[in-house]
Amino acid sequence: MTDLVELDGVEKVFDVRRKTGRWRREKQQVRAVDGISFRVPRGEMVGYIGPNGAGKSTTIKMLTGILTPSAGRLRVAGLDPSRERTRMAQRIGVVFGQRTTLWWDLPLYDSYRLAHRMYRIPDARFRENLDRCVELLDLASLLDVPVRQLSLGQRMRGDIAAALLHDPDVLYLDEPTIGLDVISKAKVRQFLRDLNAERATTILLTTHDLTDIEQLCRRVMVIDHGRLMYDGALTGLHEAGESERTLVVDLERELPPVRAEGARVVKVEGPRQWLAFPASASAAPLVAHIAAEYPLVDLSVREPDIEAVIARMYEGPRVH
Amino acid sequence: MPGAAGAAGAPERLPAPGMWATYRMIAGMWIRSTLAYRASFAMMLVGNFLVTAFDFVVIALMFSQVRSLGGYSFAEVAFLYGTSTTAFGLANALLGSIDKLGARVRDGTLDTLLVRPAPVLAQVAADRFGLQRLGRLLQGLLVLGGSLLALDVHWTVLKALLVPMMLLSGTAIFCAVFVAGAAFQFWAQDAAEVQSAFTYGGQTLLQYPPTVFAKDMVRGVTYVFPLAFVNWLPALYVLGRPYPLALPAWFAFTPPLVAALCLILAGQAWRVGVRSYRSTGS
Repeated sequence: MTDLVELDGVEKVFDVRRKTGRWRREKQQVRAVDGISFRVPRGEMVGYIGPNGAGKSTTIKMLTGILTPSAGRLRVAGLDPSRERTRMAQRIGVVFGQRTTLWWDLPLYDSYRLAHRMYRIPDARFRENLDRCVELLDLASLLDVPVRQLSLGQRMRGDIAAALLHDPDVLYLDEPTIGLDVISKAKVRQFLRDLNAERATTILLTTHDLTDIEQLCRRVMVIDHGRLMYDGALTGLHEAGESERTLVVDLERELPPVRAEGARVVKVEGPRQWLAFPASASAAPLVAHIAAEYPLVDLSVREPDIEAVIARMYEGPRVH
Repeated sequence: MPGAAGAAGAPERLPAPGMWATYRMIAGMWIRSTLAYRASFAMMLVGNFLVTAFDFVVIALMFSQVRSLGGYSFAEVAFLYGTSTTAFGLANALLGSIDKLGARVRDGTLDTLLVRPAPVLAQVAADRFGLQRLGRLLQGLLVLGGSLLALDVHWTVLKALLVPMMLLSGTAIFCAVFVAGAAFQFWAQDAAEVQSAFTYGGQTLLQYPPTVFAKDMVRGVTYVFPLAFVNWLPALYVLGRPYPLALPAWFAFTPPLVAALCLILAGQAWRVGVRSYRSTGS
């Protein structure tokens, strides 16, 4: 049995009550996850992406045992997560980017000591894992600091360490780089890469940051409206979505749309114009061309975001 | 079947900590957290003691005007007050902040507790644990002690045994009410007020003799919502008073059974609640 995570036709249906009159309420069913099947072998690092409300978090919550699936079969390391929740918890690590599991008013180290006792980690193992996390995540100077005084990036690193002290088989990361600065993001990514390479920890991460996926995951799953829309290599996703980057230029004054080879103007707003160009192309010749031909004041390049890639992948209007 | 499917090469996992071990760990963390704010802790302990003692001051003031309340003397009412407050104080010290569960359900922070390898009930029960909660218990014990000295009762072995029995089963009944109320918050997150009516309200009710209440009220807390088993039934036996409802005398000895039944029902409600938990959007 090499598949660590198995989902077969998993569904999650929520009953939503809507007020339709003064006293009347209508019961409506919302299918947050609508029949998802996939397998993740041990040691793989998978990106799980999709727009807001697509069902990503709901899937993660079923995988971790927080939510009970409405239908379908779900196994992680051979366990049924919601029925064997505490046994499951011993074998997984979970990092919620938006909420910390650390103890707010206590020094960082106290949270680790609790994990030591609660996960019943053998002393030697705990020492070894903690030392490793402290070294690689740069936590040595933070162990005595109350968590409330940590910066967002420091806290995220602290949370990741807390999720790894008990040698989990699977690590779930829900938006692990949200709100972090460039340097913190790089640190976190490097750490995850090493972890995956050295310990063969299976990692499943959700993110809005396409760079996370590019740098970490060979395999991507795209979910939308509760269904799995794409499961394969990242390169394939790019082809399917023909992802584009955006060059935003500020000109001296209002001008007709800029003409440049390999790029098209998608939006004009006073002296500011937005040009889309293929993500695979270099921005340099384009910038040189515009600088030579037009009165350029300022410019910036925007990376494609997941929403845009997915939107282009499945043509058709999308409500935001 | 469990364990058989364990992945090869994975380190051995020891069994997860049980209820009581989990409770001690989490409560310990909260005590350490509150010790970070020592002055506020001391003020809360004193405040807790004073606020709850105020209930008794009200009763004492009443007795400065009248000789008896519903036919009961000051010492007898103090005995009811002491048993009710001690039982509730103990339950409250153990589970008092379980009614914050609704807030955790609403903002989704319950998720972080559910991914820990420990019983959620124990984690939620110990949530925001504070030693200042001992204030109410201490106050109840003081009044109870005083009443035992002042009471004019012909003590028998049976009656003497009935006192600790009623404190323990009373605590268990209040604990069951706390847990059932918390379970209800999985569906109605703002139900904390309803729960308070039964916990805090029930405690206050039981501080007075049943004779001051309408018969229907007494029937309600005897047959429907069994608060009368916390102290009224056994305490009236100790005091040698007739129960307002026609019940055989041996009902005074049933509180442990009633408590066990309540705990079983509350435990079931809790399990159903956890399974129907829906979490928040993100």
